[in-house]
Amino acid sequence: MTATTTSARSELSELGRSETALRTFLHGLPGVDQVGAEQRAAQLSTRSIKTTAKAQAIDLAIRMVDLTTLEGADTPGKVRALAAKALRPDPADPSCPHVGAVCVYPAMVPHVAEVLRGSAVHLASVATAFPSGQAPLEIKLADTRAAVAAGADEIDMVINRGAFLAGRYKEVYDEIVATKEASGDAHLKVILETGELATYDNVRRASWLAMLAGGDFIKTSTGKVPIAATMPVSLVMLEAVRDFREATGRQVGVKPAGGIKTTKDAIKYLVMVNETVGPDWLDPDWFRFGASSLLNDLLMQRTKLTTGTYSGPDYFTLD
Amino acid sequence: MFEYAPAPESRSVVDLKPSYGLFIDGTFVDPTDGGSFKSINPASEEVLAEVAEAGAQDVERAVRAARKAYDKVWGPMPGRDRAKYLYRIARLIQERSRELAVLESLDNGKPIRESRDVDLPLVAAHFFYYAGWADKLEHAGFGANPRPIGVAAQVIPWNFPLLMLAWKIAPALAAGNTVVLKPAETTPLTALLFAEICQQADLPAGVVNILTGAGDTGRTLVEHAGVDKVAFTGSTDVGRAIARSVAGTSKKLTLELGGKAANIVFDDAPIDQAVEGIVNGIFFNQGHVCCAGSRLLVQENVADRVLESLKRRMAQLRVGDPLDKNTDVGAINSAAQLERIRELSDAGSAEGAERWSPPCDLPDRGFWFAPTIFTGVTQAHRIAREEIFGPVLSVLTFRTPAEAVEKANNTPYGLSAGIWTDKGSRILWMADRLRAGVVWANTFNKFDPTSPFGGYKESGYGREGGRHGLEGYLNV
Repeated sequence: MTATTTSARSELSELGRSETALRTFLHGLPGVDQVGAEQRAAQLSTRSIKTTAKAQAIDLAIRMVDLTTLEGADTPGKVRALAAKALRPDPADPSCPHVGAVCVYPAMVPHVAEVLRGSAVHLASVATAFPSGQAPLEIKLADTRAAVAAGADEIDMVINRGAFLAGRYKEVYDEIVATKEASGDAHLKVILETGELATYDNVRRASWLAMLAGGDFIKTSTGKVPIAATMPVSLVMLEAVRDFREATGRQVGVKPAGGIKTTKDAIKYLVMVNETVGPDWLDPDWFRFGASSLLNDLLMQRTKLTTGTYSGPDYFTLD
Repeated sequence: MFEYAPAPESRSVVDLKPSYGLFIDGTFVDPTDGGSFKSINPASEEVLAEVAEAGAQDVERAVRAARKAYDKVWGPMPGRDRAKYLYRIARLIQERSRELAVLESLDNGKPIRESRDVDLPLVAAHFFYYAGWADKLEHAGFGANPRPIGVAAQVIPWNFPLLMLAWKIAPALAAGNTVVLKPAETTPLTALLFAEICQQADLPAGVVNILTGAGDTGRTLVEHAGVDKVAFTGSTDVGRAIARSVAGTSKKLTLELGGKAANIVFDDAPIDQAVEGIVNGIFFNQGHVCCAGSRLLVQENVADRVLESLKRRMAQLRVGDPLDKNTDVGAINSAAQLERIRELSDAGSAEGAERWSPPCDLPDRGFWFAPTIFTGVTQAHRIAREEIFGPVLSVLTFRTPAEAVEKANNTPYGLSAGIWTDKGSRILWMADRLRAGVVWANTFNKFDPTSPFGGYKESGYGREGGRHGLEGYLNV
């Protein structure tokens, strides 16, 4: 890290001490032009990724999947099956890589941990009164600690959107700092719930707020509101992690979640990562897809590329 | 690393003939004196087809055919019937858009992404738009019963061959004129495919005539006494010569000429989108755009930051095979144009501006020029004053809005300008003061058939597009 980024980093770390300083900084970030951002995202979607590049992208995308189930109806049996799939997505092909992580509710963490123990697949747990985050801070932190104690090595927290939209940035900041502390060694993904933040300016501010407060990843959505991950929102977040690393030297990951269902979609995101932040982020440590049905489409396209023919959906496991 | 594998668009969708005649009076005919020239692919220098060169007698035949069609068929035809033909042409263009896009990229060198996503959709949109006007001319604001002018001689450039054809032919035909059009000598092929579309649409013979050839053909055409209207898009020098030649005649003239547009970035601009706009402004179509944002005026207090972002973005531009779907910047259209770009760029270096290009491998064959920016440019540099018409951006700085306006207007041209700021009131203040026919705010190179386009000063006169575009083809 250079001297300038060291000093910039210490200056930026002071921001969280005062509401005014945070507000001044966040509102001083360059604005986002909605039309321009959407146009750029659409342009990146026109890249044509074929043959060898497609094969490479599919395997990378599989390794980046956070295989997710977040239902009231989740049971130990259901999440164990999902964890088994995470380890061996395509039982017919041992060369198929495993996914990045399994993502479940805190109560399901022990059951997943049993299956994943000893593997390289991470165990992510949502926490902090997911998905609304509308609970007292103490309860959110207890939720986080319980998930880590049960074996989660990644925590997906939600920010306090109510406080953010009301302009109480320090409250949002402090909650992230507290959750980071409660997470211990676990990686902290900060869910911005961009569908509720509504504007790209807000998305950029919330991204910076989460990074300043110590988040290891910024994540678009819970998947529980009508608008989940979109290309332009993810573009704005990628620009934020790029600029943040430039300013501080610290790299932060990005996780679009919700609504990414096809191989085509996943490849568009990888192209966007490649051309916005570059190869440093083309790695499961720095980019993830929060998804469930995406995996089977990736497997289907992978089989098509290796065998030359499409197999029916019955050839891929439903867990 | 994530390397994109080659993704070439198929050439086989285009059925190129070895040679093409002139399209006169509804049929392809050989030129009277048998002259011809070759059209090449600027990305590989391979010969695509041999094309007839029209001489004086061919011009005579074409103008006579257009006159006859005007007097007997097209002029008297009710607007609603003319509209049917224009709608039919528009639909055929859409149906054959892939073929037209591939041919445009082959003959011009522009990336297929642009010919497919920009040129062809706009071409069809122009025909659809003016088809709608054909039976509504009395509501266009030019009086109760506006009449067409007669035979239009139209000469178009090589940078957007089919789009410029559409800008010329669609309003002319909608208003009831007939046309003789000369495409540029380096890019005649899509105009000839358009002639086939006219046949396919059963357009009456003589309404559209296409004469291929070089400068001499164009001169003979615009100077022909049987022509009532001249429309030209191209360089300011040729435009001047045309203006001189039609002076003292009753011919109506519209000119769309060069430009040296300022793209003005204020310190409160949305930086990431402004950088996209700068890239789109100068590297779109290899900078072969008369309204290209070839002068970047950036507020001094954000200049470093903007330039750093711009360079990072330029390093992502993919230069190469125009038919590869992932290519961003294609080939320079001709050896002569490449020479001009080189000459002016060398002058930029010689006059002390600092030159930068991202690392990029250029193909061995064909005409190529890496995306280039010059920093430390002042108003006195040639690269700040002369139109380069290539992928070369001159970067200047300013301190205040008034200085930005002064520098932006300090050019003999006045075709377009761009403003990047988050402040709406400043956009309006600037737009009032910029002497440019088109002012884009927080975007650049946006085109739409409903919007008039044209210049101030040496960028020409008359407007194309929109309701205003009808005026040049009506006797008003």
